[in-house]
Amino acid sequence: MALDDDYLATPKRRYGYDHDRYDWSMLTDRPGVRWPGDKPLAVWINVSVQFYPLNQRGEPFKVPNGMTMPYPDLRHFTLRDYGNRVGIHRVLQALERAAMRPTFAVSGRLAETTPALIRRLTQADGEIIAHGWTMDDLHTGALDRAAEAALIRRTLETLREATGGAVRGWLSPARHQSWNTPDLLAEAGVEYCADWVNDDMPYPMTTDAGPLISLPLSTEIEDQFVMGQNLHSEDSWVQQVTDAFDYLLAEAREQGGRLFALSLHPWMIGQPHRIACLEAVLQHIALHREEVWQAPAGEILDAFRSASEPGAGAADA
Amino acid sequence: MKETPEAYDYWAYENRPKITWPNGARLAFWVAPNIEYYEIDPPANPHRKPWPTPHPSVPGFGIRDYGNRVGHMRQMALLDKYGVRGSVSLSTALCDHHPEIIAAARERSWEFFSHGVYNTRYTYGLSEAQERAMIRETVEAIHRHTGQACAGYLAPALSHSEHTLDLFAEVGREMFGDQGGLYTCDLFHDDQPTPVRTRSGLRFVSVPYSLEMNDTIVYAVNKVEPRHYARMLKRCFDRLYAEGAESGTVMCIPTHNYQISCPHRIKAFEEALEYITGHSGVWVATGREIAQHYLAHHYDAARADIETKKQAAEA
Repeated sequence: MALDDDYLATPKRRYGYDHDRYDWSMLTDRPGVRWPGDKPLAVWINVSVQFYPLNQRGEPFKVPNGMTMPYPDLRHFTLRDYGNRVGIHRVLQALERAAMRPTFAVSGRLAETTPALIRRLTQADGEIIAHGWTMDDLHTGALDRAAEAALIRRTLETLREATGGAVRGWLSPARHQSWNTPDLLAEAGVEYCADWVNDDMPYPMTTDAGPLISLPLSTEIEDQFVMGQNLHSEDSWVQQVTDAFDYLLAEAREQGGRLFALSLHPWMIGQPHRIACLEAVLQHIALHREEVWQAPAGEILDAFRSASEPGAGAADA
Repeated sequence: MKETPEAYDYWAYENRPKITWPNGARLAFWVAPNIEYYEIDPPANPHRKPWPTPHPSVPGFGIRDYGNRVGHMRQMALLDKYGVRGSVSLSTALCDHHPEIIAAARERSWEFFSHGVYNTRYTYGLSEAQERAMIRETVEAIHRHTGQACAGYLAPALSHSEHTLDLFAEVGREMFGDQGGLYTCDLFHDDQPTPVRTRSGLRFVSVPYSLEMNDTIVYAVNKVEPRHYARMLKRCFDRLYAEGAESGTVMCIPTHNYQISCPHRIKAFEEALEYITGHSGVWVATGREIAQHYLAHHYDAARADIETKKQAAEA
């Protein structure tokens, strides 16, 4: 039997998107911005500090990099926990040596279970943002609005209390959202989210509760994506990250500011055989220091806002 | 269900009538950018799930949107640099959603061919009349937005029915005579154009597209490292170029700008483009140009050769 003719109906075929979350525009059609110090390229280094519970529910899907074996999956639990015990210190050391200012996206639950880790992160010259409650608490259309609001509130309150900071940014576990997530984030005082990887510059989103900025955190050059999902070698990861950096820097010189967003996972890049690859990447970025503005995400957001204000002196590309 | 598609006869690669391309070129090279719209909340199809997770499946939607917001303009700059006009495999609803992309491709005299309405609407489960209406709507949209008589078809998300090729050939011919409905990109059985049998006996051909060189297959399915993709493209070219000295071959690079135009991958694509277009025996063409040249100069000889060999085999 054939499908109902409704299957062929296209009620949201119109200018722009089939959703109202943000406006359509091509990067090349926007005015070029310059980052502080008149730099063409902003560099955002995100370190995701994650908690993958052993008693994973896996609903409505199993989070990538979570438990895959029958309970108790000691193998994956401890491989991920390694990042929070050991890997993070190698990553911190590499970033400190390279004088890079990181952004830490932290699972809220870690503030309760490993307060010493949170204290250590607050000592680094960076910023802490929320990365959901745990990696198993997924924000999807399967979650009702009230339950999601409570999850977001609990995450932010716990992290704000533990860090004494504002916690201005949000990265959802697996970058997954429900239809309500941006509204609920704005309602909870979050200023930016990193989940929509559809641009090489920040852009504004529309929510029921006022403005929210999208800061796209590239998945494609992420350590876990390249080496963990695609199973590419460490050397290829370095190549891909430095190729991306070189390309965006060249494009930024010609067309106006770009955002280079590198996302790291201490359980992946903090392994002894991989950490030198991060050092190589940081060294490559450092070679171009005079053209790069490296800052935590919240400062990138502030700079983007002031550069985007009318009359901010944004040079047309 | 049939045992084979019955769209073409067995026809061995060796000892075919020689294909010659314009100006004595050995290889016809074309680039087919897929310019697609994936809906954020498409209707359910019982035969295939559009997104792997509950809607909105932000990771999948986001990266495809990257292709539209960022990627196409990068690729256009690159194809301009190497003198390549794209043959766009188009989700025709994109004409309404993102007309700026269509305008940029039109300015460059690119070809547009149909790739369905949305890449999240499948052919599976459609009746023949529904599929015909869907195809016709896409061909009309291309004509309305670009003025072009749509010559080619690649089924949306490679979702087919037993009638897909027949219907596209019929719709194109009904609307535009011998200017429309000339070729399909849905068959991967050959490195040369071949005649395709349709139920109405129309002159219709397969123009080699490629899944092996398709960036999404390479990157998202086969998980190839970017620099290795450049080597694969060059090796593919080298062999087809060598064989093209005997009889003309076709090489296509089908692209998706959420894959190939990402900052860590675009260098690999440029390296291949520079290499391929740097050879003098390359005819840089579009899908339509290849189909028309073949139909005008080689189709009849091919049909006769296929028939002769078939009879000899049966004798």
